[in-house]
Amino acid sequence: MSFIKSTFKHPRLPKNDLGLTYRDYEGALSTLCAGCGHDALTSAIVQACHELSIEPHKVAKISGIGCSSKAPNYFLSKAHGFNSVHGRMPSVATGANLANQELLYLTMSGDGDSASIGFGQFAHVVRRQLNMVYMVANNGVYGLTKGQLAATADKGVKNKAGDLSLFSDIDLCVMALQLGATFVARSFSGDKKQLVPLIKAAISHKGFAFIDIVSPCVTFNNHNGSTRSYDYVHDHITTGAVADFVPVKTEITSNAQEGDCEDVCLHDGSIMRIKKLNEDYNSHNASKAIMAIEQHKSQGEILTGLFYLEPTASDFHDINDTCDTALNKLEQEVLCPGNRVLSGINESFR
Amino acid sequence: MNIEVTSSTESQKCYQKMIDVKTLVNDFVVRFANTNGTGSASANNMFAKAILRMGIPVSAKNIFPSNIQGMPTWYEVRVSEKNYLGRRGGKSEMVVAMNAQSIDADVNSVMAGGYFLYDSSKNLPDRLIREDINYLGIPISNICLKEYSDPRQRQLFKNVIYVGALAASLNMDFTVLKGLVRDQFKGKEKLITPNIYALELGYQYANKHFMCPLAIQVQGRDLAKNRIMVDGNTASGLGAVYGGATVVGWYPITPSTSVIEKFASYCNRLRIDPASGKKNYAIVQVEDELAAIGVAIGAGWNGARAFTATSGPGVSLMTEFLGLAYFTEIPMVLINVQRAGPSTGMPTRTQQSDILSCAYASHGDTKQILLFPANPTECFEMGAQAFDIADQCQTPVIIMSDLDLGMNDHLTDEFVWQDSHAYQKGKILNREQLDELQAYGRYLDVDSDGICYRTVPGTHPEKGAYFNRGTSRDHYARYTEKPEHYVDNVDRLSQKFKTAVNYLPKPEINQDKKKAQIALLYFGTTSHPMNEAIDELNSQGITADTLRIKAFPFHYDIAAFIQAYKEVFVIEQNRDGQMKTLLVNELQLEPKKLISILNYDGLSMTSYQVVQGVLRHFAKKNSDKSINKKVG
Repeated sequence: MSFIKSTFKHPRLPKNDLGLTYRDYEGALSTLCAGCGHDALTSAIVQACHELSIEPHKVAKISGIGCSSKAPNYFLSKAHGFNSVHGRMPSVATGANLANQELLYLTMSGDGDSASIGFGQFAHVVRRQLNMVYMVANNGVYGLTKGQLAATADKGVKNKAGDLSLFSDIDLCVMALQLGATFVARSFSGDKKQLVPLIKAAISHKGFAFIDIVSPCVTFNNHNGSTRSYDYVHDHITTGAVADFVPVKTEITSNAQEGDCEDVCLHDGSIMRIKKLNEDYNSHNASKAIMAIEQHKSQGEILTGLFYLEPTASDFHDINDTCDTALNKLEQEVLCPGNRVLSGINESFR
Repeated sequence: MNIEVTSSTESQKCYQKMIDVKTLVNDFVVRFANTNGTGSASANNMFAKAILRMGIPVSAKNIFPSNIQGMPTWYEVRVSEKNYLGRRGGKSEMVVAMNAQSIDADVNSVMAGGYFLYDSSKNLPDRLIREDINYLGIPISNICLKEYSDPRQRQLFKNVIYVGALAASLNMDFTVLKGLVRDQFKGKEKLITPNIYALELGYQYANKHFMCPLAIQVQGRDLAKNRIMVDGNTASGLGAVYGGATVVGWYPITPSTSVIEKFASYCNRLRIDPASGKKNYAIVQVEDELAAIGVAIGAGWNGARAFTATSGPGVSLMTEFLGLAYFTEIPMVLINVQRAGPSTGMPTRTQQSDILSCAYASHGDTKQILLFPANPTECFEMGAQAFDIADQCQTPVIIMSDLDLGMNDHLTDEFVWQDSHAYQKGKILNREQLDELQAYGRYLDVDSDGICYRTVPGTHPEKGAYFNRGTSRDHYARYTEKPEHYVDNVDRLSQKFKTAVNYLPKPEINQDKKKAQIALLYFGTTSHPMNEAIDELNSQGITADTLRIKAFPFHYDIAAFIQAYKEVFVIEQNRDGQMKTLLVNELQLEPKKLISILNYDGLSMTSYQVVQGVLRHFAKKNSDKSINKKVG
């Protein structure tokens, strides 16, 4: 094998509460293109999980098909992963989550996977309020099939081959907001400072958390005229607020309280500290968030940051009234009513 | 004997012409012609159940349209002391005609000498008068108009009134009917008295105006024994409860919908945690069949017993996922309640036409395990057992039911659960087992039976995790495109499919030591008319050995059975002889050796069709012989 990842661990690597280093959260060596935005996203996930002291084996990584969906192989190798079929990650994640609500579901998808072939599944998993983190690595282009335009590509842009994007684009954050997602954010794979706190907050959030991550494709969508190239995104990115993540039991330092800050307490007791950068920003109003996204878009800007957060959201299992034990751990004596009950049932058929 | 009776209603005249009929006890068919959406099916079912409670074997078939209200619908009840419970075919001894839309055809569906019971509130037009049948007129509409003010009641009680009239006409035990009404409306006591009153109305009218009992009649017996009357979907739903299913993703489609509905209602009764009142299960109605099976696969991967139910169009949508589950070796159960295809086909009619699309579901080299229940008892048993098989073989198991089995009530052996039976979870490693392992490889064929050891997410902090994928992989679940790795993997899957035979139900074989003249091979609901067909063949001097297939991959006994005969009839309900094709393909048989007897009109197979299929084949052979002789 030509790709061998070094297993060397520096003895003084910082350890988290579990005694694990950053390297314990890594996955297999990436086979994505050098400079791929997805690798930066992967490292942000690794950092977030390490800093939050997530037990790696208590994570389930689920994805669809595409470059983005290969990415779960490149983080948390101690966690089970499921690279399913194109556009169908949401249903597989639903089944997995129904079977065991105790795991953390870190799921990955791409623009083709979520905005085209799996658009229906995306919409319905949002409605279902599954407790999961749904990350889309969005580069506006089909990487694995070499450069076709995705449904998230802005209307009027050209792909590398010069084909024009003829139809209006789909904004997955706007969709998620409309469909009732209780955590919606957008970030840029090149901005770890913004991305890591958002991933942490999404993990701490109970309910459906959606993060659209603009993640440029260096090979097929990094040319002049693309609105998803590194240069374009750097120049046109804007944010409504700076959000910082304060984990549970961390003392709030006076420094962080400066400015126009709002603290939002998340389900697990951790805090999302939001510093507004403009007056209109409001993380509690989905329709205002949609308006803000559209408004910035009309000015050629990509609005990023936390768009919406409903900290006291309930998830599927609350709604379903599922028992506290994970369904996959229920024993036969609980599940099987036995023959005595059956004879009563037989009587109802005579 | 021709007598004319005037009905008691003042203005309408009802002609009741009686012709001599041979008395038929416990051996006749009553065909009800109704309008769908009028509540007739439950009244007709009550009629059938009352006969069962008198200890007489009975079968009921609802022949209904894909429609909610207003179209013609039929319901056939066959009463048979000889336990002939398949469809007999042909005309009926009694037709209850309650639908003006279909009345012309309904008059013609009465057997010569039979009875035509109709609503005589209006006179029958002359075109509907046949000389060779008996007319039983009841002014049902007028009675309802007089008795009830609520339009819905006028409609519903019509059905109950004719059941009452049948009770008197056929000499049924009226107390049995009353008891049924009481049982049926347990918890809704208010409805008992009006229903019994409506039964009385019909009963009294018939007693007064007809020559009760008629020549066709029932006499109490003790032939029902330990049998119950239930539909296959209820049975499979209950089977899934007993089999330990906890997660369901589903999308409604006729005729499978009631599988999930029954599963849900039994769970609601039997699967509520007594301490917390919370659910020990999760059912989610999703956006389509793709998602339905995706949910089952996700849950199966995560260690829960999960299933979904669908019919042909749903199977088509699920095939990509079935390939994923096959290739990634994830256990799950799919209940396919087959209907008449292709495309939308006839959604409310029965067929066994998904055999090939399920056996080889999905692209690439795939093979799926199929189970073929023939009655609700087997729907229950296989509905539970399928989860063991799926776990043991780590692959999807498809239960091949059909509309006739799923939606019609069948007389069937009562359900039994062996409390000593422990769920067979197959090769799944727990934390302690992983601790003891040196190295874990998801696709290491440790036991050389093609079935590897799986792990479930969250089991062990250091060991057992792997990246589950629909792509080619090596023994350690790492992506590979190396030819030898790929071949090794798919060959192992072939080996696993062979191993699977050991976990599957064996065929049911009835074979004479000296070998009968012919051999009949069938499966699922084509077994219903077989006892009658075999008796009929015997009466014509033809003896038959039989084999009923219960599962695919085929058990070795099936090949041996076919081997023993020069020709074997394969009886199935599809146009192309799909089971024959599967047998020929899998067992490397000479196609000519298998003779198809097919029915694919959407109605269940009749004994007549089976007998005719056999006789026609021999007639053709004889004529071929004589032609050959002439040519020679």
